[in-house]
Amino acid sequence: MPMLTEFGKIFIFLLTAILFVVVAVVAAKLIRPSRPTREKLLTYECGENTEGTPWVKFNIRFYVVALIFLIFDVEVVLLIPWAMVYQSFGFSGYIVGVIFLLLLGLGMAYEWRKGDLEWERPKIVPPVLAEKMNLEKPDQLTPKEISI
Amino acid sequence: MSTWEIVIFTLIKILVIFTIMMLTVSYLVYFERRISAWTQNRLGPNRVGWEGVLQPFADVFKLLLKEDIVPEQAEKKIHSLAPVIALFVAFTTYAVIPIGPSFNFFDYNISLVVADVNMGILYVLALTSLGVYAITLAGWSSGSKYSLLGGIRSSAQMISYEISMGFSVGGVILLSESLRPIAIVESQGLWMWNAWIQPIGFITFLVSAFAETNRLPFDLPEAEPELVGGFHTEYSSMKFAGFFLAEYANMIISSALIITLYLGGYQIPFIDITTLGLAHWFEVLIYITAFFFKMGALLFFFLWVRWTIPRFRYDQLMNLGWKVMFPLALLNIIWVAVLIMVFNL
Repeated sequence: MPMLTEFGKIFIFLLTAILFVVVAVVAAKLIRPSRPTREKLLTYECGENTEGTPWVKFNIRFYVVALIFLIFDVEVVLLIPWAMVYQSFGFSGYIVGVIFLLLLGLGMAYEWRKGDLEWERPKIVPPVLAEKMNLEKPDQLTPKEISI
Repeated sequence: MSTWEIVIFTLIKILVIFTIMMLTVSYLVYFERRISAWTQNRLGPNRVGWEGVLQPFADVFKLLLKEDIVPEQAEKKIHSLAPVIALFVAFTTYAVIPIGPSFNFFDYNISLVVADVNMGILYVLALTSLGVYAITLAGWSSGSKYSLLGGIRSSAQMISYEISMGFSVGGVILLSESLRPIAIVESQGLWMWNAWIQPIGFITFLVSAFAETNRLPFDLPEAEPELVGGFHTEYSSMKFAGFFLAEYANMIISSALIITLYLGGYQIPFIDITTLGLAHWFEVLIYITAFFFKMGALLFFFLWVRWTIPRFRYDQLMNLGWKVMFPLALLNIIWVAVLIMVFNL
């Protein structure tokens, strides 16, 4: 007799979820009005006319973060089987795990040292008022010059 | 049980779970508005029905009847696909989370989980990673600068915190030696909850859960003052409701996950209710109540944090994720491994 496995139940769950979502979307489509005008269909930009392409250039840092994520996410996947059988291997399992985690930590330290984890932000420039007013040459700030 | 009986029971369970989810989501929105009002010394929604309890239904009907506006610059197909992915992911994750132990109902042994798979935690992690697509696609396809920035920020944030989430889960698996959610709950016993044994892992997981659900203080993807609405700037009507429901459903899932992994699931601390000699159905009822009580407390915590802590700056957020949470999660794994070595847990 064919049996339904647990993954079969998950499959039923997925089908039900898809059905539910599709029904919600289609039902809303049948009910709601649709009266588009030109103004409604414009891209929102705080009431101004849209400037240039919406697909603007963005910071390269996001790409670097994605790369680092890829490396470490693979290592999560490698760690899970070790964690599953850890208790049956005793001390040798511990040593293996610690070496693996140390390597991970080394990789992390490398990224950190190379500055790939730093997020760029504007440098805070101290006010240059003193320079402008030439406070180092107090003789220029004679009362005669100031009182115009 | 024959296959058809199993299918019918599964369908009933799925319907019950969906109903509970929809009701909890709608009332979570209501409670969020009431609690925020209470925190800020306002009244909040109190007109529709007694003390505003019918407000969620009014909101849903309003969103159903609103016109759906898709801007001309948008990639139309992907634009409509994104909220569907978000909702789909939010609903399907719940399939493996147990809300109670199995019990006997006439001749049938029913477990209070839809699918008791032996790698449930991997399933949850895989589906939560899919959730990134919804937001990224929404941000990219809207054809608006605000959406694009929100989507990119969000994907970077979510993948960063996924790492520390994965490593924190590693600590739990070390102790339970299983990826089955029910086995994890039962390995924690009456009081040896993972939250006490590995508090660092608990905190890293909690913080990552906040970041994964885009809740304040991590709601950079939709930071209103700078990005208008972030990735859902160009969404309206039912599509907006899709994202909105998905956000709250994700909150429910992450609190259920935190309870399963760290807070002993449906168990009650210190009291072994199987020794009290209660009727079987009453015991099961107590377990389910305990689960939902914990869930309510955690959800309140989510709301409380939202209305207490201000938003991070983006570089602070990334620093916290990579330089604090990630090393802490690694340390936590070593800590648990040492604990197992020393105390032979």
